[in-house]
Amino acid sequence: MSNHSNITFSKEELARYNRHIIIPEFGLEAQQKLKAAKVLIVGSGGLGSPALLYLAAAGVGTIGIVDFDVVDDSNLQRQILFGVEAVGTPKVEAAKARLQALNPHIHIILHNTQLTSKNALDILKDYDLVADGTDNFPTRYLVNDAAVLLGKPNIYASIFQFEGQVSVFNYTNKDGVVGPNYRDLYPTPPPPGLVPSCAEGGVLGVLPGIIGSLQALEVIKVITGVGEPLVGRFYMFDALNFESRTFNISRREDNPLNGKNPTITALIDYEQFCGMKAVEKPVKEISARDLYDWQVKGEAFQLVDVREQDEYDFVNIGAELIPLGTVAANADKFSRDVKVVVHCKMGGRSAKAIRELEEKFGFTNLYNLKGGILGYIDEVRPELSKY
Amino acid sequence: MATVIIPTPLRKFTNNTARLDIKADTIENTVHELTLNFPDLKKHLLDDKGQIRSFVNIFVGNDDIRDLQQGKTPVQTDTVISIVPAIAGGFA
Repeated sequence: MSNHSNITFSKEELARYNRHIIIPEFGLEAQQKLKAAKVLIVGSGGLGSPALLYLAAAGVGTIGIVDFDVVDDSNLQRQILFGVEAVGTPKVEAAKARLQALNPHIHIILHNTQLTSKNALDILKDYDLVADGTDNFPTRYLVNDAAVLLGKPNIYASIFQFEGQVSVFNYTNKDGVVGPNYRDLYPTPPPPGLVPSCAEGGVLGVLPGIIGSLQALEVIKVITGVGEPLVGRFYMFDALNFESRTFNISRREDNPLNGKNPTITALIDYEQFCGMKAVEKPVKEISARDLYDWQVKGEAFQLVDVREQDEYDFVNIGAELIPLGTVAANADKFSRDVKVVVHCKMGGRSAKAIRELEEKFGFTNLYNLKGGILGYIDEVRPELSKY
Repeated sequence: MATVIIPTPLRKFTNNTARLDIKADTIENTVHELTLNFPDLKKHLLDDKGQIRSFVNIFVGNDDIRDLQQGKTPVQTDTVISIVPAIAGGFA
Protein backbone atom coordinates (compact mmCIF):
# COMPACT_ATOMS: atom_id res chain seq x y z
CA MET A 1 0.00 0.00 0.00
CA SER A 2 1.07 3.60 -0.58
CA ASN A 3 2.84 5.34 2.29
CA HIS A 4 0.37 7.22 4.49
CA SER A 5 2.57 8.59 7.26
CA ASN A 6 2.74 12.18 6.00
CA ILE A 7 -0.87 12.46 4.83
CA THR A 8 -2.66 15.50 6.25
CA PHE A 9 -6.25 16.69 6.06
CA SER A 10 -7.85 20.10 5.60
CA LYS A 11 -10.51 21.30 8.02
CA GLU A 12 -13.19 20.44 5.44
CA GLU A 13 -11.84 16.93 5.01
CA LEU A 14 -11.70 16.32 8.77
CA ALA A 15 -15.35 17.40 9.02
CA ARG A 16 -16.31 15.15 6.10
CA TYR A 17 -14.56 12.05 7.44
CA ASN A 18 -15.50 12.61 11.08
CA ARG A 19 -17.80 9.55 11.29
CA HIS A 20 -14.93 7.35 10.15
CA ILE A 21 -12.31 8.91 12.37
CA ILE A 22 -14.37 8.52 15.55
CA ILE A 23 -14.71 4.74 15.09
CA PRO A 24 -12.14 3.42 17.60
CA GLU A 25 -10.90 0.59 15.32
CA PHE A 26 -10.64 2.96 12.37
CA GLY A 27 -9.38 6.35 13.52
CA LEU A 28 -7.28 8.94 11.75
CA GLU A 29 -4.67 6.44 10.61
CA ALA A 30 -7.15 4.37 8.57
CA GLN A 31 -8.43 7.57 7.02
CA GLN A 32 -4.86 8.53 6.13
CA LYS A 33 -4.43 5.12 4.50
CA LEU A 34 -7.56 5.69 2.44
CA LYS A 35 -6.32 9.07 1.27
CA ALA A 36 -2.91 7.65 0.36
CA ALA A 37 -4.44 4.69 -1.51
CA LYS A 38 -4.64 4.30 -5.27
CA VAL A 39 -7.49 2.02 -6.33
CA LEU A 40 -8.32 0.90 -9.86
CA ILE A 41 -11.94 0.03 -10.62
CA VAL A 42 -12.36 -2.01 -13.78
CA GLY A 43 -15.87 -1.43 -15.15
CA SER A 44 -18.09 1.44 -14.04
CA GLY A 45 -21.34 -0.45 -14.61
CA GLY A 46 -23.66 -2.20 -12.19
CA LEU A 47 -20.97 -3.16 -9.66
CA GLY A 48 -18.66 -0.23 -10.37
CA SER A 49 -21.42 2.32 -9.73
CA PRO A 50 -22.02 1.64 -6.03
CA ALA A 51 -18.37 0.73 -5.43
CA LEU A 52 -17.17 4.01 -6.93
CA LEU A 53 -19.75 6.10 -5.09
CA TYR A 54 -18.85 4.60 -1.70
CA LEU A 55 -15.09 4.67 -2.28
CA ALA A 56 -15.21 8.28 -3.42
CA ALA A 57 -17.42 9.26 -0.50
CA ALA A 58 -15.13 7.36 1.90
CA GLY A 59 -12.13 9.38 0.76
CA VAL A 60 -9.98 6.97 -1.26
CA GLY A 61 -7.38 9.49 -2.45
CA THR A 62 -6.84 8.27 -6.00
CA ILE A 63 -9.42 6.31 -7.95
CA GLY A 64 -8.76 5.06 -11.47
CA ILE A 65 -11.67 3.96 -13.66
CA VAL A 66 -11.34 1.73 -16.71
CA ASP A 67 -14.32 1.64 -19.07
CA PHE A 68 -14.71 2.12 -22.81
CA ASP A 69 -18.49 2.13 -22.85
CA VAL A 70 -21.02 4.92 -23.34
CA VAL A 71 -24.01 5.40 -21.02
CA ASP A 72 -27.13 3.79 -22.49
CA ASP A 73 -30.80 3.99 -21.43
CA SER A 74 -30.75 0.32 -20.42
CA ASN A 75 -27.94 1.03 -17.91
CA LEU A 76 -30.03 3.32 -15.71
CA GLN A 77 -32.00 0.47 -14.08
CA ARG A 78 -28.91 -0.39 -11.99
CA GLN A 79 -25.97 1.91 -12.78
CA ILE A 80 -26.78 4.55 -10.20
CA LEU A 81 -23.75 6.66 -11.05
CA PHE A 82 -25.57 7.88 -14.13
CA GLY A 83 -28.67 9.96 -14.74
CA VAL A 84 -30.71 10.63 -17.86
CA GLU A 85 -28.48 13.57 -18.76
CA ALA A 86 -25.46 11.24 -19.04
CA VAL A 87 -27.00 9.01 -21.73
CA GLY A 88 -24.75 9.06 -24.78
CA THR A 89 -21.62 10.26 -22.95
CA PRO A 90 -18.58 8.09 -22.14
CA LYS A 91 -19.11 6.32 -18.81
CA VAL A 92 -15.75 7.35 -17.39
CA GLU A 93 -16.49 11.04 -17.99
CA ALA A 94 -20.01 10.86 -16.56
CA ALA A 95 -18.61 8.93 -13.58
CA LYS A 96 -15.89 11.51 -12.96
CA ALA A 97 -18.38 14.40 -13.00
CA ARG A 98 -20.62 12.62 -10.47
CA LEU A 99 -17.79 11.49 -8.18
CA GLN A 100 -16.00 14.82 -8.22
CA ALA A 101 -19.28 16.54 -7.26
CA LEU A 102 -19.60 14.03 -4.41
CA ASN A 103 -16.04 14.51 -3.18
CA PRO A 104 -13.80 17.28 -4.55
CA HIS A 105 -10.91 16.20 -2.29
CA ILE A 106 -9.98 13.09 -4.31
CA HIS A 107 -8.23 12.49 -7.65
CA ILE A 108 -10.02 10.60 -10.39
CA ILE A 109 -7.94 9.12 -13.21
CA LEU A 110 -9.75 8.04 -16.36
CA HIS A 111 -8.81 5.17 -18.64
CA ASN A 112 -11.35 5.46 -21.45
CA THR A 113 -10.25 2.24 -23.05
CA GLN A 114 -10.85 -1.48 -23.05
CA LEU A 115 -8.51 -3.37 -20.72
CA THR A 116 -6.43 -5.70 -22.91
CA SER A 117 -3.40 -7.96 -22.59
CA LYS A 118 -1.38 -5.14 -24.15
CA ASN A 119 -2.29 -2.34 -21.73
CA ALA A 120 -3.37 -4.11 -18.52
CA LEU A 121 0.01 -4.32 -16.77
CA ASP A 122 0.80 -0.73 -17.66
CA ILE A 123 -2.54 0.53 -16.32
CA LEU A 124 -2.56 -1.63 -13.15
CA LYS A 125 1.04 -1.06 -12.11
CA ASP A 126 0.46 2.40 -10.63
CA TYR A 127 -2.34 1.26 -8.31
CA ASP A 128 -2.26 -0.44 -4.91
CA LEU A 129 -5.14 -2.76 -5.71
CA VAL A 130 -7.73 -3.49 -8.34
CA ALA A 131 -11.48 -4.09 -8.00
CA ASP A 132 -12.96 -6.14 -10.80
CA GLY A 133 -16.55 -5.45 -11.80
CA THR A 134 -16.41 -6.46 -15.44
CA ASP A 135 -19.04 -8.42 -17.32
CA ASN A 136 -17.22 -11.16 -19.20
CA PHE A 137 -14.89 -14.09 -18.61
CA PRO A 138 -11.91 -12.95 -20.75
CA THR A 139 -11.60 -9.72 -18.74
CA ARG A 140 -12.08 -11.60 -15.44
CA TYR A 141 -9.06 -13.80 -16.21
CA LEU A 142 -7.11 -10.84 -17.60
CA VAL A 143 -7.62 -8.76 -14.43
CA ASN A 144 -6.81 -11.76 -12.25
CA ASP A 145 -3.62 -12.65 -14.10
CA ALA A 146 -2.42 -9.05 -14.27
CA ALA A 147 -3.03 -8.63 -10.51
CA VAL A 148 -1.15 -11.86 -9.71
CA LEU A 149 1.77 -11.02 -12.02
CA LEU A 150 2.05 -7.58 -10.37
CA GLY A 151 1.47 -8.92 -6.84
CA LYS A 152 -1.59 -6.75 -6.17
CA PRO A 153 -4.82 -7.71 -4.39
CA ASN A 154 -7.85 -8.17 -6.65
CA ILE A 155 -11.19 -7.48 -5.00
CA TYR A 156 -13.56 -9.62 -6.99
CA ALA A 157 -17.32 -9.37 -7.34
CA SER A 158 -19.66 -10.89 -9.89
CA ILE A 159 -23.41 -11.11 -10.39
CA PHE A 160 -25.92 -12.97 -12.48
CA GLN A 161 -29.68 -12.55 -12.34
CA PHE A 162 -30.33 -13.03 -8.60
CA GLU A 163 -26.94 -14.29 -7.47
CA GLY A 164 -23.80 -12.47 -6.37
CA GLN A 165 -20.26 -13.57 -5.52
CA VAL A 166 -17.48 -11.73 -3.68
CA SER A 167 -13.90 -12.62 -2.72
CA VAL A 168 -10.52 -11.02 -2.11
CA PHE A 169 -7.95 -12.62 -4.38
CA ASN A 170 -4.15 -12.59 -4.30
CA TYR A 171 -3.93 -10.88 -0.93
CA THR A 172 -0.64 -11.06 0.92
CA ASN A 173 -1.13 -11.17 4.68
CA LYS A 174 1.15 -9.82 7.43
CA ASP A 175 3.19 -13.03 7.40
CA GLY A 176 3.79 -12.79 3.66
CA VAL A 177 1.38 -15.63 2.86
CA VAL A 178 -0.47 -15.11 -0.43
CA GLY A 179 -4.14 -16.10 -0.61
CA PRO A 180 -5.92 -17.85 -3.48
CA ASN A 181 -6.81 -16.16 -6.76
CA TYR A 182 -9.54 -16.63 -9.37
CA ARG A 183 -7.66 -19.43 -11.13
CA ASP A 184 -7.55 -21.43 -7.89
CA LEU A 185 -11.31 -21.18 -7.71
CA TYR A 186 -12.13 -21.62 -11.41
CA PRO A 187 -9.19 -23.02 -13.42
CA THR A 188 -10.96 -22.54 -16.75
CA PRO A 189 -14.00 -20.60 -17.92
CA PRO A 190 -17.17 -22.18 -19.28
CA PRO A 191 -17.18 -22.63 -23.04
CA PRO A 192 -19.03 -19.85 -24.83
CA GLY A 193 -22.69 -20.59 -25.26
CA LEU A 194 -23.09 -22.76 -22.17
CA VAL A 195 -23.65 -19.81 -19.86
CA PRO A 196 -26.27 -17.27 -20.94
CA SER A 197 -24.92 -13.85 -21.92
CA CYS A 198 -25.98 -10.60 -20.24
CA ALA A 199 -28.49 -9.88 -22.97
CA GLU A 200 -30.19 -13.23 -22.35
CA GLY A 201 -29.66 -13.50 -18.60
CA GLY A 202 -30.52 -10.14 -17.11
CA VAL A 203 -30.01 -8.97 -13.54
CA LEU A 204 -32.19 -7.51 -10.81
CA GLY A 205 -31.11 -3.87 -10.53
CA VAL A 206 -30.61 -3.75 -6.76
CA LEU A 207 -28.36 -6.85 -6.71
CA PRO A 208 -25.26 -5.08 -8.09
CA GLY A 209 -25.99 -2.36 -5.52
CA ILE A 210 -25.66 -4.92 -2.72
CA ILE A 211 -22.70 -6.81 -4.16
CA GLY A 212 -20.84 -3.68 -5.38
CA SER A 213 -21.18 -2.23 -1.87
CA LEU A 214 -19.67 -5.40 -0.38
CA GLN A 215 -16.84 -5.04 -2.88
CA ALA A 216 -16.25 -1.44 -1.71
CA LEU A 217 -16.28 -2.70 1.89
CA GLU A 218 -13.51 -5.20 1.14
CA VAL A 219 -11.50 -2.56 -0.74
CA ILE A 220 -11.62 -0.36 2.36
CA LYS A 221 -10.66 -3.26 4.65
CA VAL A 222 -7.73 -4.26 2.47
CA ILE A 223 -6.44 -0.66 2.30
CA THR A 224 -6.82 0.09 5.98
CA GLY A 225 -6.01 -3.31 7.46
CA VAL A 226 -9.13 -2.99 9.59
CA GLY A 227 -10.94 -6.29 10.16
CA GLU A 228 -10.49 -9.61 8.38
CA PRO A 229 -10.68 -9.34 4.60
CA LEU A 230 -12.51 -12.04 2.63
CA VAL A 231 -9.29 -13.92 1.84
CA GLY A 232 -9.43 -17.68 1.30
CA ARG A 233 -13.17 -17.34 1.53
CA PHE A 234 -15.80 -16.98 -1.12
CA TYR A 235 -19.08 -15.25 -0.37
CA MET A 236 -22.30 -16.01 -2.20
CA PHE A 237 -25.61 -14.21 -1.97
CA ASP A 238 -28.87 -15.60 -3.31
CA ALA A 239 -31.32 -12.72 -3.45
CA LEU A 240 -34.28 -14.96 -4.30
CA ASN A 241 -34.09 -16.96 -1.08
CA PHE A 242 -32.23 -14.31 0.90
CA GLU A 243 -29.53 -16.80 1.71
CA SER A 244 -25.85 -16.15 1.94
CA ARG A 245 -23.08 -18.66 2.30
CA THR A 246 -19.33 -18.25 2.80
CA PHE A 247 -17.17 -21.07 1.50
CA ASN A 248 -13.54 -21.83 2.26
CA ILE A 249 -11.24 -21.79 -0.75
CA SER A 250 -7.55 -22.52 -1.00
CA ARG A 251 -4.57 -22.21 -3.32
CA ARG A 252 -3.96 -25.08 -5.71
CA GLU A 253 -0.64 -26.54 -6.72
CA ASP A 254 -1.68 -26.75 -10.36
CA ASN A 255 -2.48 -23.03 -10.64
CA PRO A 256 -0.63 -22.05 -13.85
CA LEU A 257 0.12 -18.56 -12.48
CA ASN A 258 1.55 -19.18 -9.04
CA GLY A 259 1.19 -22.88 -8.33
CA LYS A 260 4.08 -25.33 -8.10
CA ASN A 261 5.10 -25.13 -11.75
CA PRO A 262 3.89 -21.81 -13.15
CA THR A 263 3.43 -21.83 -16.92
CA ILE A 264 1.91 -18.37 -17.33
CA THR A 265 4.54 -15.68 -16.83
CA ALA A 266 3.03 -12.99 -19.05
CA LEU A 267 -0.48 -12.02 -20.07
CA ILE A 268 -2.01 -14.27 -22.72
CA ASP A 269 -4.75 -13.97 -25.33
CA TYR A 270 -7.85 -14.17 -23.12
CA GLU A 271 -10.40 -14.27 -25.91
CA GLN A 272 -8.69 -17.39 -27.17
CA PHE A 273 -8.34 -18.83 -23.65
CA CYS A 274 -12.08 -18.41 -23.16
CA GLY A 275 -12.80 -20.07 -26.49
CA MET A 276 -14.22 -16.91 -28.01
CA LYS A 277 -12.08 -17.33 -31.10
CA ALA A 278 -13.22 -20.85 -31.85
CA VAL A 279 -14.19 -20.79 -35.48
CA GLU A 280 -17.93 -21.11 -35.69
CA LYS A 281 -19.53 -21.99 -38.97
CA PRO A 282 -20.84 -18.75 -40.46
CA VAL A 283 -24.57 -18.57 -41.03
CA LYS A 284 -26.33 -16.78 -43.87
CA GLU A 285 -27.44 -13.31 -42.92
CA ILE A 286 -30.01 -10.77 -43.98
CA SER A 287 -29.96 -7.06 -43.11
CA ALA A 288 -32.93 -5.30 -41.52
CA ARG A 289 -33.25 -3.20 -44.65
CA ASP A 290 -33.41 -6.27 -46.94
CA LEU A 291 -35.95 -7.93 -44.67
CA TYR A 292 -38.07 -4.80 -44.89
CA ASP A 293 -37.79 -4.93 -48.71
CA TRP A 294 -39.00 -8.54 -48.67
CA GLN A 295 -41.92 -7.50 -46.50
CA VAL A 296 -42.82 -4.56 -48.74
CA LYS A 297 -42.54 -6.64 -51.91
CA GLY A 298 -44.62 -9.41 -50.35
CA GLU A 299 -41.90 -12.01 -50.90
CA ALA A 300 -42.71 -15.45 -49.54
CA PHE A 301 -40.74 -16.16 -46.37
CA GLN A 302 -41.26 -17.27 -42.78
CA LEU A 303 -40.18 -15.07 -39.87
CA VAL A 304 -39.26 -16.82 -36.60
CA ASP A 305 -38.36 -15.19 -33.27
CA VAL A 306 -36.24 -17.37 -30.93
CA ARG A 307 -36.38 -15.08 -27.88
CA GLU A 308 -38.36 -15.85 -24.73
CA GLN A 309 -42.10 -15.23 -24.29
CA ASP A 310 -41.66 -12.20 -22.00
CA GLU A 311 -39.30 -10.52 -24.46
CA TYR A 312 -41.79 -11.25 -27.24
CA ASP A 313 -44.62 -9.77 -25.19
CA PHE A 314 -42.59 -6.62 -24.62
CA VAL A 315 -41.88 -6.01 -28.29
CA ASN A 316 -42.19 -8.14 -31.45
CA ILE A 317 -42.31 -7.72 -35.19
CA GLY A 318 -45.01 -10.26 -35.87
CA ALA A 319 -42.76 -13.31 -36.06
CA GLU A 320 -43.69 -16.81 -34.98
CA LEU A 321 -42.26 -17.39 -31.48
CA ILE A 322 -40.09 -20.51 -31.01
CA PRO A 323 -37.70 -19.88 -28.04
CA LEU A 324 -34.12 -21.07 -28.58
CA GLY A 325 -34.40 -23.88 -26.03
CA THR A 326 -37.36 -25.40 -27.90
CA VAL A 327 -36.04 -25.03 -31.45
CA ALA A 328 -34.95 -28.66 -31.87
CA ALA A 329 -38.26 -29.97 -30.55
CA ASN A 330 -40.10 -27.69 -32.99
CA ALA A 331 -37.88 -28.22 -36.04
CA ASP A 332 -40.93 -29.29 -38.06
CA LYS A 333 -42.39 -25.82 -37.63
CA PHE A 334 -39.58 -24.32 -39.72
CA SER A 335 -40.50 -24.21 -43.40
CA ARG A 336 -38.38 -26.07 -45.91
CA ASP A 337 -40.20 -24.57 -48.89
CA VAL A 338 -39.54 -20.86 -48.43
CA LYS A 339 -36.71 -18.81 -46.95
CA VAL A 340 -36.84 -18.56 -43.15
CA VAL A 341 -35.56 -15.45 -41.38
CA VAL A 342 -34.65 -16.15 -37.75
CA HIS A 343 -34.18 -13.34 -35.27
CA CYS A 344 -33.56 -12.73 -31.57
CA LYS A 345 -32.61 -9.59 -29.66
CA MET A 346 -29.20 -8.92 -31.23
CA GLY A 347 -28.39 -11.91 -33.45
CA GLY A 348 -26.51 -14.28 -31.14
CA ARG A 349 -29.26 -16.68 -30.15
CA SER A 350 -30.72 -16.80 -33.67
CA ALA A 351 -27.27 -17.78 -35.03
CA LYS A 352 -27.18 -20.61 -32.47
CA ALA A 353 -30.67 -21.73 -33.51
CA ILE A 354 -29.69 -21.74 -37.19
CA ARG A 355 -26.50 -23.75 -36.53
CA GLU A 356 -28.48 -26.30 -34.53
CA LEU A 357 -31.14 -26.65 -37.25
CA GLU A 358 -28.52 -26.91 -40.00
CA GLU A 359 -26.42 -29.46 -38.15
CA LYS A 360 -29.17 -31.66 -36.75
CA PHE A 361 -31.87 -31.31 -39.38
CA GLY A 362 -30.04 -30.31 -42.56
CA PHE A 363 -31.78 -26.99 -43.16
CA THR A 364 -30.27 -24.81 -45.94
CA ASN A 365 -32.87 -22.04 -46.17
CA LEU A 366 -32.28 -20.20 -42.89
CA TYR A 367 -31.18 -16.54 -42.64
CA ASN A 368 -30.07 -14.72 -39.52
CA LEU A 369 -31.42 -11.20 -39.07
CA LYS A 370 -28.32 -9.04 -38.59
CA GLY A 371 -28.50 -7.00 -35.38
CA GLY A 372 -31.67 -8.82 -34.30
CA ILE A 373 -34.88 -7.02 -33.41
CA LEU A 374 -32.90 -4.08 -32.02
CA GLY A 375 -31.24 -3.55 -35.40
CA TYR A 376 -34.60 -3.85 -37.12
CA ILE A 377 -36.14 -1.27 -34.79
CA ASP A 378 -33.23 1.13 -35.43
CA GLU A 379 -33.38 0.73 -39.20
CA VAL A 380 -37.02 0.21 -39.95
CA ARG A 381 -39.38 0.67 -37.01
CA PRO A 382 -37.94 3.38 -34.72
CA GLU A 383 -41.38 3.88 -33.14
CA LEU A 384 -41.15 0.47 -31.39
CA SER A 385 -39.76 0.14 -27.84
CA LYS A 386 -36.25 -1.20 -27.31
CA TYR A 387 -34.97 -3.03 -24.24
CA MET B 1 -30.98 -37.62 2.17
CA ALA B 2 -28.49 -34.85 1.49
CA THR B 3 -29.71 -31.42 0.45
CA VAL B 4 -28.33 -30.02 -2.79
CA ILE B 5 -28.58 -26.26 -3.35
CA ILE B 6 -28.99 -25.46 -7.03
CA PRO B 7 -27.61 -22.06 -8.10
CA THR B 8 -30.00 -19.66 -9.84
CA PRO B 9 -28.45 -20.05 -13.32
CA LEU B 10 -29.13 -23.82 -13.24
CA ARG B 11 -32.59 -23.74 -11.72
CA LYS B 12 -34.24 -23.66 -15.10
CA PHE B 13 -33.05 -27.27 -15.49
CA THR B 14 -34.56 -28.35 -12.16
CA ASN B 15 -38.10 -27.02 -12.66
CA ASN B 16 -37.02 -23.90 -10.74
CA THR B 17 -36.34 -25.92 -7.62
CA ALA B 18 -33.64 -24.38 -5.43
CA ARG B 19 -33.16 -27.27 -2.99
CA LEU B 20 -33.29 -30.93 -3.82
CA ASP B 21 -33.09 -33.88 -1.49
CA ILE B 22 -30.90 -36.56 -3.01
CA LYS B 23 -30.23 -40.00 -1.62
CA ALA B 24 -26.59 -40.94 -2.25
CA ASP B 25 -23.47 -41.79 -0.26
CA THR B 26 -20.84 -39.75 -2.12
CA ILE B 27 -20.65 -36.53 -4.14
CA GLU B 28 -20.10 -38.54 -7.32
CA ASN B 29 -23.27 -40.51 -6.76
CA THR B 30 -25.19 -37.42 -5.76
CA VAL B 31 -24.27 -35.72 -9.04
CA HIS B 32 -25.11 -38.92 -10.93
CA GLU B 33 -28.49 -39.14 -9.24
CA LEU B 34 -29.11 -35.46 -9.92
CA THR B 35 -28.40 -35.82 -13.65
CA LEU B 36 -30.64 -38.88 -13.84
CA ASN B 37 -33.51 -36.87 -12.43
CA PHE B 38 -32.67 -33.76 -14.44
CA PRO B 39 -30.85 -34.82 -17.64
CA ASP B 40 -30.44 -31.24 -18.89
CA LEU B 41 -28.18 -30.53 -15.91
CA LYS B 42 -25.60 -33.04 -17.09
CA LYS B 43 -23.75 -30.97 -19.66
CA HIS B 44 -23.53 -28.10 -17.17
CA LEU B 45 -22.02 -30.23 -14.42
CA LEU B 46 -19.97 -32.91 -16.16
CA ASP B 47 -17.53 -32.88 -19.08
CA ASP B 48 -17.35 -35.51 -21.83
CA LYS B 49 -15.35 -37.80 -19.54
CA GLY B 50 -17.91 -37.57 -16.77
CA GLN B 51 -15.65 -35.36 -14.62
CA ILE B 52 -17.02 -32.35 -12.76
CA ARG B 53 -16.41 -29.34 -14.97
CA SER B 54 -13.59 -27.00 -14.00
CA PHE B 55 -15.87 -23.94 -13.93
CA VAL B 56 -18.21 -25.61 -11.45
CA ASN B 57 -17.30 -25.90 -7.81
CA ILE B 58 -19.01 -28.17 -5.35
CA PHE B 59 -18.92 -27.44 -1.66
CA VAL B 60 -19.87 -29.81 1.13
CA GLY B 61 -20.90 -27.61 3.98
CA ASN B 62 -18.42 -24.75 3.65
CA ASP B 63 -15.62 -26.80 2.12
CA ASP B 64 -14.51 -27.31 -1.46
CA ILE B 65 -14.61 -31.00 -2.43
CA ARG B 66 -11.16 -30.48 -3.99
CA ASP B 67 -9.90 -30.00 -0.42
CA LEU B 68 -11.77 -33.11 0.72
CA GLN B 69 -11.92 -36.34 -1.28
CA GLN B 70 -13.17 -34.87 -4.56
CA GLY B 71 -16.01 -37.00 -5.98
CA LYS B 72 -15.44 -39.63 -3.32
CA THR B 73 -16.26 -37.19 -0.53
CA PRO B 74 -18.83 -38.94 1.67
CA VAL B 75 -22.28 -37.47 2.06
CA GLN B 76 -24.34 -37.80 5.24
CA THR B 77 -28.06 -37.35 5.57
CA ASP B 78 -27.64 -33.87 7.01
CA THR B 79 -25.01 -32.76 4.48
CA VAL B 80 -25.69 -29.56 2.57
CA ILE B 81 -24.11 -29.57 -0.89
CA SER B 82 -23.73 -26.32 -2.85
CA ILE B 83 -23.09 -26.18 -6.58
CA VAL B 84 -21.37 -22.92 -7.49
CA PRO B 85 -20.67 -22.24 -11.18
CA ALA B 86 -18.54 -19.35 -12.42
CA ILE B 87 -20.55 -16.26 -13.27
CA ALA B 88 -19.02 -13.26 -14.97
CA GLY B 89 -21.56 -10.48 -14.77
CA GLY B 90 -20.76 -7.01 -13.60
CA PHE B 91 -23.26 -5.60 -16.03
CA ALA B 92 -21.14 -2.87 -17.47
